[in-house]
Amino acid sequence: MVTHALDAVDLVKTYPAGRKKPPLRALDGLTFSVPEGIVLGLLGPNGAGKSTTVKILTTLSRADSGTARVAGHDVVREQDQVRHAIGFVPQKSSSDPMATGVENLVLSGRIYGLSRVNAVRRATELLERFGLTEFGDRQVKTYSGGMQRKLDVALGLVHRPQVLFLDEPTTGLDPEARADLWNEVGRLSGDEGLTVLLTTHYLEEADRLAGQLAIVDHGKIVAEGTPEALKAELRGDSVHVELVDPDLDGTVRALLSGLAGVGEIVVEGNALRARVDRGATAVPAVLGALEDKAIPVTAVTVSRPSLDDVYLQYTGRSFRAVEEEAA
Amino acid sequence: MSTAIPGFTTHTRFITGRWLRAQYRQPALIAFTLVQPAIWLLLFGQLFKGVVNIPGFSDSSYIAFLTPGIVMMTALMTSGWSGTTFIADMERGVMDRMLASPVSRGGLMAGQLISNATTTLIQTILVFAIGMAAGARYDGGAAGYLVTIGVSMLVGIGFGSLSNAVALLTRQQEALIGISQFVSLPLTFMSSIMIDPSVAPHWVNVAARFNPVDWAAIAARQALAADPDWSSVLRHSGLLLAFTLFVGWLSTRAFRTYQRSV
Ligand SMILES: Nc1ncnc2c1ncn2[C@@H]1O[C@H](COP(=O)(O)OP(=O)(O)OP(=O)(O)O)[C@@H](O)[C@H]1O
Ligand SMILES: [Mg+2]
Repeated sequence: MVTHALDAVDLVKTYPAGRKKPPLRALDGLTFSVPEGIVLGLLGPNGAGKSTTVKILTTLSRADSGTARVAGHDVVREQDQVRHAIGFVPQKSSSDPMATGVENLVLSGRIYGLSRVNAVRRATELLERFGLTEFGDRQVKTYSGGMQRKLDVALGLVHRPQVLFLDEPTTGLDPEARADLWNEVGRLSGDEGLTVLLTTHYLEEADRLAGQLAIVDHGKIVAEGTPEALKAELRGDSVHVELVDPDLDGTVRALLSGLAGVGEIVVEGNALRARVDRGATAVPAVLGALEDKAIPVTAVTVSRPSLDDVYLQYTGRSFRAVEEEAA
Repeated sequence: MSTAIPGFTTHTRFITGRWLRAQYRQPALIAFTLVQPAIWLLLFGQLFKGVVNIPGFSDSSYIAFLTPGIVMMTALMTSGWSGTTFIADMERGVMDRMLASPVSRGGLMAGQLISNATTTLIQTILVFAIGMAAGARYDGGAAGYLVTIGVSMLVGIGFGSLSNAVALLTRQQEALIGISQFVSLPLTFMSSIMIDPSVAPHWVNVAARFNPVDWAAIAARQALAADPDWSSVLRHSGLLLAFTLFVGWLSTRAFRTYQRSV
């Protein structure tokens, strides 16, 4: 039997939405589990319920109903054990800006019961590991965004947790800082057998780090599996057409849906995506149909299903659009 | 790891250390909070010199009467800001990280309050220095000063914990400042801080009887007098201590309410 580091069953969480409005259902029967030593990527549009899930699993918040176990402990009845077993990197930066990097890390270590000597040793080790050694004695308010985020992750690791929660660890970071963090997170799960729950807005991040993915939408898991399995589940190929003018009146959509072997058409501005049975035959057919109606095209690409297609399939929104919304 | 989780006392020590360090890095803030009491003392001390001539006013010098009251008022006003540090922690992810850790909730509250109380201590000494420079003299001994410092710290801790609770409940800087000003003004004026009860309207004296800030002012003035009524000092300090412990306990429970709302 596989031991699960995380087990969430039928989690429901509502927030009051103001007077005379029905409460907002942030989680609506969310269920998933993660085996030990795996990185689970939690993907989903804004407001899907990713942070709410993390807050419940880290004992910060409490579900209205449903149960969850983290590292074998119930998040409500065995709060203390759970808190000891986890590291939590919230969506917002979690270091004290008035304190130095070392002071932040040492305080956290002391809270979890490390002796002063051990806490200082651990702080030095973590600063080294995240490339922050020379900034250790500077106040955090003087750090760049990337440095602060690295310190946040270090803070989550001080007490050597079994399960690490990372809520959007790389949002807003430049590519270099992001690559650094990816390397570290990859190492954590690989060499140290840490279980990681990672929420992210970057498909590339999920593809690269996550051994298992769960797509959340409207407070439910809508798809779950390894990135490969999720992609394999989608039939056929993906065709992407870029039009010169946006398809405002739906002509193009109507035109393409009439073609054999073309389905699941999604239009977003000038961009149009469709799932086709076979890319090789569909592309000429699509281009021919557009040419007949004299609709100008900038580019056509055909690809094997990507995570973006998986995401689109399950949430009805393309990831790009979500990212732009978030920006 | 198999280390035992430290409890309330140990965590209080760590959290106190955190806030003391932050305070020590902004010494200007303490100086800033002294501007107001200095103005009160010097201005009112001059303005109401004649108050002592009103029949029934029990102290020979108004500035000597006013100083302990201004000490309590300063402790009250400064403690109103206490919760802003919690708000800053909530606006970042610091509060959430702390609350998902095994840190003692009592320690989280007490550590911040103890560090605040050291500010009150410094302020009390400085306000006294200003008062004395303006001519206040006290006949009582060292015990009088110790009682004054003690009760002023209790005022700071008690109202500081209320401010922290309001911060946890409202999670908004503006709401916190609004509420604390709304509360501290009547507490200041419905008391014997500025006016001797014998010349104040009856209803003010009635209201003052339920005012913890007034308990502190009475205890301090009594203890500083030539011939203190120690039973009154004890009664008023005791009430204040009970009040502080009660609101401290109540405020610690506000962490739960906060966690229910995140
Ligand atoms: N403290 C709160 N009070 C009221 N509503 C909340 C609170 N926290 C979250 N919500 C609501 O619950 C829903 C889920 O929010 P959540 O933060 O879990 O989304 P998310 O998936 O993390 O989104 P994002 O990608 O934007 O971080 C949203 O509609 C949000 O507005
Ligand atoms: Mg979120």
